[in-house]
Amino acid sequence: MNLRRDVFQAIADPTRRAILLLLATSHSMTAGAIASNFDTARPTVSKHLQILTECSLLKQEQNGREIYYHINAKKMKEVADFIEPFRNMWEERFNKLESIMKKYKSK
Amino acid sequence: MEAKTKVHAEDGKQEIVITREFDLPLALLFKAYVEADIVEQWMGTKVLKLENKKHGSWQFETSDPKGNVVFKANGTIHDFIPERQIIRTFQIENTGFDAQLEFLDFEALTADTSKLTMQIIYRSVALRDQMLKLPFAQGLNMAHNRLQDIVTKLK
Repeated sequence: MNLRRDVFQAIADPTRRAILLLLATSHSMTAGAIASNFDTARPTVSKHLQILTECSLLKQEQNGREIYYHINAKKMKEVADFIEPFRNMWEERFNKLESIMKKYKSK
Repeated sequence: MEAKTKVHAEDGKQEIVITREFDLPLALLFKAYVEADIVEQWMGTKVLKLENKKHGSWQFETSDPKGNVVFKANGTIHDFIPERQIIRTFQIENTGFDAQLEFLDFEALTADTSKLTMQIIYRSVALRDQMLKLPFAQGLNMAHNRLQDIVTKLK
């Protein structure tokens, strides 16, 4: 259950989603090659790669001196129901409703 | 903090059940669904029509800052029982998505708290899954657009 939440936290970030999208279209890349696609500082991209790897959305592969990253298709499929953004959409709406009505009450 | 809104979507079923407990008395929660100007605020859309009665109908419309209509939805109200239940249909216009049936049950938990259970039934399992993934797809589109912006800047 914890792992599942981690996965959703991982894909909730727009930069990390962009990394997944980039890798989905280009098979495997080194951290440097991935970072060159972003304005973000290299250590920040490395941190994102670490998070994506920790929750198994990405896999690392050693090739000579270089580490290549590629998408773990199996894991991506596991979270393919992608319920969390749907839940978030309703959560935000309901939070708004609640705060509006609390003010309404005190009027 | 534990999530207050829960989404239950069983594999292979054509329904979604959303539950939420509110730190509001039942009367105020229900009011938020009835008063058009309040619905506008929390749904973030313009309410063109909202007839809260059996056999009534409703119509929402959202425009971007330039005034272009980006979202239109409508439906009919099948049943309306104050502070207890709303049964209605919901359809987004011009998208090819079929109408969905919604059962909204309102209940008081204590004098100051209440609960909403929203059961949404879709025409098919495939449509249910598609609607469930829509917010993720939109997020992915945003990420994709951002990526394209970055790539364009590099050229």
